[in-house]
Amino acid sequence: MIRRLFIANRGEIALRIIRSAQRLGMTAILGVSEADRDGLPARQADEVVVIGPAPSAQSYLSVAAVVAAARAAMADAVHPGYGFLSENAAFARAIADAGIIFVGPDISSLEAMGDKLMARRIGIAAGLPVVPGGEAETREAARLRAADIGYPLLLKAVSGGGGRGMKRVDRAQDFDSQLDMAMAEAQAAFGDPRVYVERFIASGRHVEVQVLGDGARAIHLGTRDCSIQRRFQKLVEEAPAPGIPTDKLDALTGAAVRLAEYLNYRGAGTVEFLVDAETFDFYFLEMNARIQVEHPVTEAITGIDLVEQQLLIADGQPLGLLQDDLRLTGHAIEVRINAEDWTADFRPSPGTVTRAGWPAGPGIRIDSHISDGGIVPPYYDSLIGKLIVHAPSRSEAVARLCAALDALVIDGVATTAGLHRRIVADARFAAGGIDTRFFEGLAKGDAHRG
Amino acid sequence: MSQDFDLTPEDVAEIVAILDGSHFERLDIKTGRFALRIARSGDGWTQQQDWRAEAPAALAGTGTATPAATVVDDADGTAIRAPLPGTFYRSPQPGAPAFVEVGDSVGSDTVIGIIETMKLMNPVHAGCSGAVTAILCENGVMVAGQDVLMRVTPA
Repeated sequence: MIRRLFIANRGEIALRIIRSAQRLGMTAILGVSEADRDGLPARQADEVVVIGPAPSAQSYLSVAAVVAAARAAMADAVHPGYGFLSENAAFARAIADAGIIFVGPDISSLEAMGDKLMARRIGIAAGLPVVPGGEAETREAARLRAADIGYPLLLKAVSGGGGRGMKRVDRAQDFDSQLDMAMAEAQAAFGDPRVYVERFIASGRHVEVQVLGDGARAIHLGTRDCSIQRRFQKLVEEAPAPGIPTDKLDALTGAAVRLAEYLNYRGAGTVEFLVDAETFDFYFLEMNARIQVEHPVTEAITGIDLVEQQLLIADGQPLGLLQDDLRLTGHAIEVRINAEDWTADFRPSPGTVTRAGWPAGPGIRIDSHISDGGIVPPYYDSLIGKLIVHAPSRSEAVARLCAALDALVIDGVATTAGLHRRIVADARFAAGGIDTRFFEGLAKGDAHRG
Repeated sequence: MSQDFDLTPEDVAEIVAILDGSHFERLDIKTGRFALRIARSGDGWTQQQDWRAEAPAALAGTGTATPAATVVDDADGTAIRAPLPGTFYRSPQPGAPAFVEVGDSVGSDTVIGIIETMKLMNPVHAGCSGAVTAILCENGVMVAGQDVLMRVTPA
């Protein structure tokens, strides 16, 4: 039985975890850096422990500091939130070695999903479709792969990530020169020249499936669409993914459950897919073995508290939910309000929020650690809050989001609220089912307008 | 664990639904744990929340331990300040003699009055020793936290 839960994170997700823990009767112990000791999460936690100085490397990212703090606090479980150490297998192992429960999947699952190529291999082994392509140890092997796959294609660095080390090749005659460049760049950026070759999906959507598993059985909690991204950072998320035929949706969620069961997955996880916006063919990308930023849209349409489920599963309880119990109700959309000046190339805008007037009303949920006078430190990411709306239909949810964004007032720092007002007002967004090129098009539209 | 009631998004939504049909522009709610302001913003509503740290368990519990009055030295001697906001009473019950009068000697633990906050009676201790030179708050008045209740000349 978990009685003392140590939360190894900050910001809105720390507050989110504190609330579910307290509702379950647990003592919520928050590990904070010196920059966060007076924040809202620290004021709501039952106990607060300073784990280190403000910079993440010495606090939230320090395995030694966090493990020592959790031990000293006599915690019997640690919730890592998202980001920071949440998918760090070495951290999970150190927590387990200290005799403390890690609220997350088994170390084997973290390791299996920690490397993109390994995740791809496991996906194939579990019978999931993956984007046609694969590793190419040598130049000749890469050419053969390319001939197999056809054009356009992508060259990706094996050790790359976040969009770095990627090259798009449109014609066979360009392949050799692009391959040289890709390998040279991969060597320079990651110290590893290996690349792999993948078919390029021109019009793709980012669709993910929320899963819960107890090690023996897994269920899905529907889909989320996160196609609106800037430089692979999600800006807007919604559930369910709109406009996908039922048979394709069933295949997608079925594949996610199959992967979770193949891994004997324990906990909450997200299986990410690339979905062709025209044919709805889908390809497995990777699995995130943690709670995600966008989890509230799934909570809105299922009525299930995902953090509570994580804690119950970590406590060793079998899943209390059956797939057939699941009823998806209405449509939910989340927008991330970041302290960034979106009109100045998304320049970070740390500082003091002099007024935090978050929208309020029926069907509106705010997950934020920022209230009046709240400080956005320069050390961490720029997320200051999430606005989540829920309504019976997608069009009503869009209208509700539009009204909520109009009511929102954040003074003291620049935010992305204005960008979201523009996205929500866009006819293509209102129609639903846009692909990952939407944001780029939106930015180009700006340039044309001058 | 919270001794005070919690505030959920559903609570906020319900409050807004009620306000929406009213002529009110703004609503402020304050408890020991949080402050909430709901205000009109254009056609919609905003919420502003603030949360205080949980009171230590000993204070939130049986009431045997109470906040000590804050004692501050100034030019006119030592000020005994209200440890929390509420209604200040000089005597244990109506009609009974006051806990202390001008000229009385007090010690650090001497009870000099009671502050009633949210239906709880909180004894106020002098927090210093000396002779009471002035009583600045009448019986039964509302005081804010940190208001000066009495002055004491150190013995």
